[in-house]
Amino acid sequence: MERISNVTELEAWRENLRAALDPERPVVRVCLGPGCLAQGANKVSLAFQSAIKAKKVEASVQPLIKETGCHGFCSQGPLINLDPFDLFYVKVKPADVEEIVETTLAKGQTVERLLYSDNGSRYRSASEVPFYKMQQKVVLKNVGGIDPLKIEDALMAGAYRSLTKVLTSMTPEEVITTVEAAGLRGRGGAGFLTGRKWRFAVENARKNPGPVYVVGNGDEGDPGAFMDRTLMEGDPHAVLEGMAIGAYALGANQGYIYVRMEYPLAIQHLSIAIEQARALGLLGTNILDTGFNFDVQINRGAGAFVCGEETALIASLEGRVGEPIPRPPYPAEKGLRGRPTIINNVETWANVPLIIEKGADWYAGLGVPHSTGTKIFSLVGKLKNTGMIEVPMGITLGRIVEEIGGGVPGQDRFKAVQTGGPSGGCIPYELKDTPVDYDSLSKVGSIMGSGGMIVMDKRDCVVDVARYFLSFLEEESCGKCLPCRLGLKSMQEFLDKFAKGQGSPQDIDDLHSLARAIMKGSLCALGGTAPNPILTTVKYFKDEYLAHVVEHKCPSGVCRDLITYSINPELCNGCGLCVRNCPQECVSGEKKKPHTIDAGACIRCGQCMDVCPVDAVMVA
Amino acid sequence: MSVTFKALENILEHYPPSSEHLISALQDVQAKFNYIPPEAMTAVCDYFSVPLSRGWAVATFYKSFSLEPRGMHDVRVCLGTACHLKGGGRLVEGLERELDVPREHTTKDMRVTLETVRCLGTCAMAPVVMIDEEYLGGANIRSLKKELKKL
Repeated sequence: MERISNVTELEAWRENLRAALDPERPVVRVCLGPGCLAQGANKVSLAFQSAIKAKKVEASVQPLIKETGCHGFCSQGPLINLDPFDLFYVKVKPADVEEIVETTLAKGQTVERLLYSDNGSRYRSASEVPFYKMQQKVVLKNVGGIDPLKIEDALMAGAYRSLTKVLTSMTPEEVITTVEAAGLRGRGGAGFLTGRKWRFAVENARKNPGPVYVVGNGDEGDPGAFMDRTLMEGDPHAVLEGMAIGAYALGANQGYIYVRMEYPLAIQHLSIAIEQARALGLLGTNILDTGFNFDVQINRGAGAFVCGEETALIASLEGRVGEPIPRPPYPAEKGLRGRPTIINNVETWANVPLIIEKGADWYAGLGVPHSTGTKIFSLVGKLKNTGMIEVPMGITLGRIVEEIGGGVPGQDRFKAVQTGGPSGGCIPYELKDTPVDYDSLSKVGSIMGSGGMIVMDKRDCVVDVARYFLSFLEEESCGKCLPCRLGLKSMQEFLDKFAKGQGSPQDIDDLHSLARAIMKGSLCALGGTAPNPILTTVKYFKDEYLAHVVEHKCPSGVCRDLITYSINPELCNGCGLCVRNCPQECVSGEKKKPHTIDAGACIRCGQCMDVCPVDAVMVA
Repeated sequence: MSVTFKALENILEHYPPSSEHLISALQDVQAKFNYIPPEAMTAVCDYFSVPLSRGWAVATFYKSFSLEPRGMHDVRVCLGTACHLKGGGRLVEGLERELDVPREHTTKDMRVTLETVRCLGTCAMAPVVMIDEEYLGGANIRSLKKELKKL
């Protein structure tokens, strides 16, 4: 790759790349997003490569295989998109590949059995599928379309056009004003206005001249969320371009991306993207002969949830233990190496090029006032369609779960949705008309958070869920301040008691007031938001707490000390799988006859229920 | 792998001797030796001119550092929210019994390290278990037993 020396050359190069494309050439897009990978998509991709090689298709029509980032519809993976046929195949296995090559690629015909079908309708193209139809892909527009390891692909899709626009025709002040006017708010969770934060940093740098830093926060620690992973893996150049634009506006020359170590692929894709951008001269010194210098370095997280908090993240970048410090001073005033530092979530950075390209008015027109633009969510848990979605802000929770997510399989309604991860709240079905925007979510006691959306059904116990989040936070608390270090432990003790059917209604009230005290007294947002899951579950599901402590029952059949397993003799076919998998050897019965569980010996591990092919194991 | 001066030099030569690079250098040590050998820690702290206490504070604070040698294979059970709801906890218990080792520990023959992790970012396929580099979506104890036999 040769260095591109100026903007005219870049545009010429981009045009040449586009002109060299043969619109007739078949393109096979294999989704290698997290969900598809877990279902063997890499084997499907290999199968395509060897099948095409074996067929020795004429060189002029040699199909192109593109390995892309996450296409979104994880529950139907591995996903394949075929152009120019505009076909969408789901649940593709390596064994299906030869038929796809022979039928679709060679003859242009459809393999009907691989189309997505639902409620008796078959869908040929992804754009017709209800799961996609309701979404508005703006930030994710290239994710799933481009090969993230080829900068040429990103350039053809328009990458770095906004960067050239700001470098050649906008002042740093104009960039900040545009981001302010767009109303962009931080996508990492707290929702602070991005433009305002930038302006604050610029003012501080003016008062106190010296270097300024920009940081991309890709330390996506919320369990149950993979938006940042998708973005960094699927379109790393969008993040880099956003950071470069921000650096120009802020007068920064050095950027850092902090990626959690559980995401090796994100680190790899970003590293390759940075190398390619450097080789082309889109990062480095005197970018496109405009005199602007900017480079990015990747820092791997070392496994600490609290490092998503910005002052802890800075400590980690400086090679220290990731303990937060009180704010103010905010990092925009005194951050990395004591200098003004702007830390934005990688999703926030990826929004910036769009705002520059299409304008603040266009952006502010998406979503609702005070929560503009779109938001990416990972929609997971007990619903039919799980995956990665992007929707305009302000869409209701119910529409996301029921229309995009297809609702809970076999049940007419969901029980609750947890937004905002362990710092968020549990929103009950009754509030399904709540618009998903920063302010409405906080009104019902939850937060937008980074975008995890976990759907629960009637088999999920809210006491167990609150206990789960609390144990996570208690483990991840850095231990610096007392309310968080000891408070979370005390709350945990309450919940452990409830899960055993012990405690009293007074304990529930005490837990509630302890939660409020921890909220007020904690040093950083980890402790400050930790009580949210408890406060919301007590508020919306108090009867369930009472069922545990007063009736000693877990209505959802989850809390182990309060349940018993049994086998429904009408459903059991006597296959014996449960017998072979029971660690206590307490299931017995004759072959092909209904089996029984010895309740006295049962440790309620649930293994029999997990392996039963006919759902005959019951819990009560 | 024994801790040699050469191996440590190969790691440290990538970094200027500023304590800012302490975590990155320790991550390289972890990758190279599969844990943080005490003699390597001494060399790293000397190189960056930081007290040993700071080196160990970092190594014990962050979860990715291991103070003991790890097994040949990694079995990581995701306990993210979606995996928790879909029975990830039962999978760990099953694996503890199957491998006869408590979570976050290595089997006596040093073959397998059983770990839990709070979210692998593969939530749509919950419950997920990762064996070495491979993601296994929709896992159950039966399928895992089969996978373990292949190791």
